[in-house]
Amino acid sequence: MNVAATPAHVPASAALQQAWAVLARVMDPEIPVLSVVDLGIVRFVEHDADGALRVGLSPTYSGCPAMEVIRASVAGALRDAGFAPVAVVDVLSPPWTSDWISEEGRRKLREYGIAPPAEAVASPRHLVRPLLVACPRCASHATEKLSEFGSTPCKALYRCTSCLEPFDYFKCI
Amino acid sequence: MSAVPQASGSRLRYVLRLGDASLVLAQRLGEWIGHAPALEEDLGLANTALDLLGQARMLLAYAGEIEGKGRSEDDLAFLRGEREFLNPTLVEQPNGDFGQSIVRQLLVDAWQLELYERLAHSSDARLAAIAAKAVKETRYHFRYSAGWVVRLGDGTPESHERVQRALELLWPYTRELFDADEVDAEMARELAAPQLADVQDAWNARIDAVLAEATLPRPAERPFSWYGKRGEHGEHLGHVLAEMQYLHRAHPGATW
Repeated sequence: MNVAATPAHVPASAALQQAWAVLARVMDPEIPVLSVVDLGIVRFVEHDADGALRVGLSPTYSGCPAMEVIRASVAGALRDAGFAPVAVVDVLSPPWTSDWISEEGRRKLREYGIAPPAEAVASPRHLVRPLLVACPRCASHATEKLSEFGSTPCKALYRCTSCLEPFDYFKCI
Repeated sequence: MSAVPQASGSRLRYVLRLGDASLVLAQRLGEWIGHAPALEEDLGLANTALDLLGQARMLLAYAGEIEGKGRSEDDLAFLRGEREFLNPTLVEQPNGDFGQSIVRQLLVDAWQLELYERLAHSSDARLAAIAAKAVKETRYHFRYSAGWVVRLGDGTPESHERVQRALELLWPYTRELFDADEVDAEMARELAAPQLADVQDAWNARIDAVLAEATLPRPAERPFSWYGKRGEHGEHLGHVLAEMQYLHRAHPGATW
């Protein structure tokens, strides 16, 4: 299997470039401002030997119920754009990490009111000091964790002690 | 696939054990939904259950492929009887109060964490990929359960006494987690699974640190071991399965 080591992928042809553009408009059903490309779950887009389009998707969380919807939306959007046949393939390894959320995605999360992951998972800094989660509304770092788990497994619940607003925080994983 | 019946026997059972552990615990945690002491804990337990269910699906789907008889993850989850479930007896223990559920969770989280960290380096690439995915989620589960055990253990006399009682009740079931049999031995020989003695050492260190912070004395060891992983369960699993499998069995093949 062709498993890209990084989420960045250089399209090999105009058709693949178009497929990536289609995917950039397929939104996460739970966080409707983020596309599957912003989220970094599209691992590859390629033509197989028979000319079918294969799209590799990495699940964010093992049990994420949105994945079923995302698989169907990805296949549907590509078919609507004229790609056929389309195969959506699960890519388990390497496992998805929140580090793969794009800069654009992080900005969109903030604007939507969700604090993006505070630090790179690979960064050792969290070992020496606690995470600095910035309030997505007022940017204050004076925030506190209310709950380890929020409305979905990928989020925790925080509160800003400056503007007093509660907010969701997208966990580092 | 058909050329390796010997290896697949142990591998199938090993993967079923892991998948069943996650599935049965997810079902138990699901019983809390709408009943947890606070909304945050309802979310915490439900999200942990969801992760476990996702892990169970990946493991049972793999088990079905190893078996090679065309059984899907749903077939394995909903159409096997109690004796065919190979989860450790610990995960089927009743929820009790919140403290008892959280102690059970801590004991399992620490086990899965140490096991998955090592399985991520398994010679079995599929198992390694599933473990590498699962371990990231399990770290959060452990942080959650350990945090609560410390809060309750080092809390009021009432909360301390209740979690200590839960710990005494559940401790004897932990022995099975590290009691290696021929399946564990064969998987370890093939470098497909870690030596359980290594997992046990790491588990002990992890649990002892939490118990010390929670001011909870570690229970004494007892010689008796359960063998849910061989399909020999206590009285509880049948009831868990009855609830979990009822709908699927009552309406075979139904979809929505």
